[in-house]
Amino acid sequence: MIGVLALQGGFIEHINTLNKLGIDSFEIRKLSDLENKQIDGLILPGGESTVIGKLLRETGLFAPIKEMIDSGVPVFGTCAGMILLANKLENDPSVYFGAIDITVKRNAFGRQLGSFHTVEEFQSIGSVPMTFIRAPYISEASDVVEILAASKGNIVAARQRNVLVTSFHPELTGDLSVHKYFLSQVCGKT
Amino acid sequence: MNNCYELNKNLAQMLKGGVIMDVTTPEQARIAEEAGACAVMALERIPADIRTAGGVARMSDPKMIKEIQQAVSIPVMAKVRIGHFVEAQILQAIEIDYIDESEVLSPADDVFHIDKTEFDVPFVCGAKDIGEALRRIAEGASMIRTKGEPGTGDVVQAVRHMRLIQQQIRNLQNMRGDELFNAAKELQVPYDLVKYVHENGKLPVVNFAAGGVATPADAALMMQLGAEGVFVGSGIFKSGDPAKRAQAIVKAVANFNDPKIIAELSENLGEAMVGINEDEIKVLMAERGK
Repeated sequence: MIGVLALQGGFIEHINTLNKLGIDSFEIRKLSDLENKQIDGLILPGGESTVIGKLLRETGLFAPIKEMIDSGVPVFGTCAGMILLANKLENDPSVYFGAIDITVKRNAFGRQLGSFHTVEEFQSIGSVPMTFIRAPYISEASDVVEILAASKGNIVAARQRNVLVTSFHPELTGDLSVHKYFLSQVCGKT
Repeated sequence: MNNCYELNKNLAQMLKGGVIMDVTTPEQARIAEEAGACAVMALERIPADIRTAGGVARMSDPKMIKEIQQAVSIPVMAKVRIGHFVEAQILQAIEIDYIDESEVLSPADDVFHIDKTEFDVPFVCGAKDIGEALRRIAEGASMIRTKGEPGTGDVVQAVRHMRLIQQQIRNLQNMRGDELFNAAKELQVPYDLVKYVHENGKLPVVNFAAGGVATPADAALMMQLGAEGVFVGSGIFKSGDPAKRAQAIVKAVANFNDPKIIAELSENLGEAMVGINEDEIKVLMAERGK
């Protein structure tokens, strides 16, 4: 089962995408949601990273989720989820899970008027439609990080071991390829 | 519809499960952000004070809005008068993240709403039934909220509006296909939108609750009634301990189905805002803009 963090933001869109792929998932809102579950992977959705980060700490979910990520459970972060997984933020002193060796710039494309839709190449997938909403991008990535996609000259998708991140929202476009990539390449499901 | 419309609906999707708070200063905006607001609504006076002051309420000073934009990293919204498309042009020029064409301000046009399809920035509009909601969406709104009755601390009208909209959605869902044409006629809305609701059992955009929410329990009530998030106006900064109440409402929205958590959150919040009952209200803001 895939656990989808459901504290705030676009979590239902991820669950709907997984449903289309025939994959079981469940919402994570509080500690008891993690009990007695076979967790094959985690998704951290888009939303406001300040809100989700705060609620993670106050619900007590932060520590067990960090432990899962550090022990190798596959995790996929989109937009705010990418911010939560990064080792460093360029314009914010906060660090959350620090699970991937990248520096992320928040609201890097500007305010809502800077939000955009495009199609770019994604490594080993091909063309992927990408929707960016007040999105961050990766301003630096260390050598251990595999860069998977770029747009407007900035890195917008990357992977390090069990951690996959995208600046854009594959759950909003109806395109299933990035979720399929997560399930097959990162979670090892066929 | 221009090509920003999808992106604008998408931004509203990312606000879901969150609380949008009215703020009047950069200081309040920071308190709201730290408390976990997913966006702030920048305005000169909160609705309760607009009510007390009377007179014409207009768009806020752009300088004040810009100061709030600089103070926080979350999206910043601001209000324009119903029909006042020049106020909306001004807010677009300062790159606001969302415009609220709002009945809280004095209407600038008593017939026409803003043609929101002409703008790149997104709009949220109030509605008290599905007819109003779908008319605003046809005009280009990419998010809907209940009107409720702002500045009262009384949730009864938000409840009434949310229940009515949800009930009307269920009615449309249950209709035979050939009945939808007449439904569109009676609701005075485009057929395509009626058909969307019939097929999907929801509005084509995100629907928040607003107007009169004052406690964590109020917020959770609206969520259980089908709201996808909550606006809190006067309820926070008119209360005894704004930071604490703001945090409690944020957590209540995230865990709206968990009475144990909401019980804990409701303890020791200090004074709630002083409410005004429905029959004591002089100006019914929800009657503006239909």
